[in-house]
Amino acid sequence: MISLQGITKRFGAHTVFQDIDLSLAQGEIIVIIGPSGTGKSTLLRCINFLEKPDAGHLQVGDLNVDTQRASRADILALRRRTAFVFQNYGLFANKTALDNISEGMIVVDKLPKTKAHARAREILERIGLADKADAYPASLSGGQQQRVGIGRAMAANADVILFDEPTSSLDPQWVEEVLSLMKQLAVERQTMIVVTHEMQFAREVADRVVFMDEGGIVEQAPPEELFTAPRDERTRHFLRKILAPMGQSAP
Amino acid sequence: MLDLEYMWGLLPVLLRYLPLTLQMATIAMLFALVLACLLAVIRVSKVPFLNGLSLLFISFFRGTPLLVQLFLFYYGLPQLFSSLIAITGVAAAVLGLTLHFSAYMAESIRAAIVGIDRSQTEAALSIGMTQSQLMRRIILPQATRVATPTLMNYFIDMIKATSLAFTLGVTELMGATQKEASGSFLYLEAFLLVAVIYWVIVEMLSWGQRRLESYLNKAYQR
Repeated sequence: MISLQGITKRFGAHTVFQDIDLSLAQGEIIVIIGPSGTGKSTLLRCINFLEKPDAGHLQVGDLNVDTQRASRADILALRRRTAFVFQNYGLFANKTALDNISEGMIVVDKLPKTKAHARAREILERIGLADKADAYPASLSGGQQQRVGIGRAMAANADVILFDEPTSSLDPQWVEEVLSLMKQLAVERQTMIVVTHEMQFAREVADRVVFMDEGGIVEQAPPEELFTAPRDERTRHFLRKILAPMGQSAP
Repeated sequence: MLDLEYMWGLLPVLLRYLPLTLQMATIAMLFALVLACLLAVIRVSKVPFLNGLSLLFISFFRGTPLLVQLFLFYYGLPQLFSSLIAITGVAAAVLGLTLHFSAYMAESIRAAIVGIDRSQTEAALSIGMTQSQLMRRIILPQATRVATPTLMNYFIDMIKATSLAFTLGVTELMGATQKEASGSFLYLEAFLLVAVIYWVIVEMLSWGQRRLESYLNKAYQR
C-alpha cells in the first residue's frame, strides 16, 4: 500500500504541483498521463526523494515519512522500498549488465556476492538477456539497456517500481521489447506507477489512469472509462490531441 | 666534438642515482593522488569550511612557483618550527612535490567527477546507495579513467620536477650530473646524457600510459 498525502513541489517561485493525494494498493498498476511540463516526472521523483517535496507525507508499506522531517535514514529506507526506472536508463557505465543488477543487492542489501550474482542471473533470464551478463552498457542497444535498467529495479525487491517515461528516449524499434517486459511484470502483479505517453500501453495494462494537468490531478479512472468517457474538458482536449494522429478512436 | 667515451663511462655512474629520483617521484605521486582525491571530493560535495580551505590551498600551490615552495619548506619552515631543523632535502622535496602537484591534480579529478553523467548518480541514489558508496563504487572508478591521461602527464612532469631537489642539496640524478660535470668540465656531454636519461624514462612511461588507457577503456568499447 502506497500513499501520497498533500505532496507539494516548488522550484523557486514556481509551484510545480500542490497538495497531490494519490494512493494505490499492492499489485495495482497506475499510469500517469498528461501534457509535458505538468510535473508528472517530478511527482515520481518526489516519491523516491530524488526531488525533495516541499510539503506532504509519503507512505510506503509500513514506512510513513513526513517529507519535511525526513532524516537521512528515512530517505534511504524510502528508496529501498521504491525502485526507479529512468528515461535515460542511468546504467553504471563501469559495470557489466550482471553487476548493474547485482550492485544494489551487494551494496545496499548486503547480500553475499555469490547469492546476489545468482539472483542477478535469474533476473537476466527473465528480462531475456542471459547471454549479455558480461556486456557493458556501451555495447548494448537502447532497448537492452533499458531492460537492464528494469532488471536493476526488479532486483531492489521494492514495494513499487516507478517508471519515468521508460520508452521516451528509445529508437522506435526498441520500444516494443521494453513495453512487453513491463507487461510481463504487470501480469505478475508487480505494483507500479508509470509515467508514459504510450496510450496503448495505458489502455492495456493500467488498473487506473491518472490524468495530470497544470500542477494537479484532474481525474483518475480505469482506462476504459477515462479513455472513452473522460469527465473533464482538459482530459478530453488532451486525449483528442494525442490519440487523433495515431488513428485511434478519440472520445 | 662530443666525447662519447666519457659519456659512455658516465652512464653507469649517473644511473646509480636514478632510483632516488624515481623513488621521490613515486612517493610524492602516491601522496599527491590521495590528497588530490580528498580535495576533489571536498570541492565536489561542497563540504562546508573544508571547501573554502581547499580552494585556498589549491590557489596557493598553483599560484606560486614550485622552486619557491621547495625553498620555503627546506629553508623557511625550520625558522618557524625548530623541530623541522632536521628536515632532509629529500623530505622537503617530496613534501613540496606532493602539495604542489596535488593542487593541480585535484582540479583534473574534480573535472572528471563532474563530467560523469548525472543519471548514474540518480540511479545509484535511487537504489538506496549512500553518497560515499556512490563515490567509491560508481563515480571514482569512472573518474579515474577520465583523469588518467592527465594524471599520467602530471607524473611525467613530477619525475622531471624532482631535478629541482638538487637545489636543496640532494644528490639525485640532476645533482649527480652537476657534480660530475663540474669535475670534468664536460658540461655538454654530461647534461646531454642526463637529458637523454630523463627522455628515455618518460618515453617508457608514455608507453605504459597507452597500455593503461586501453585497459581502462575496455568497458566503453561498442
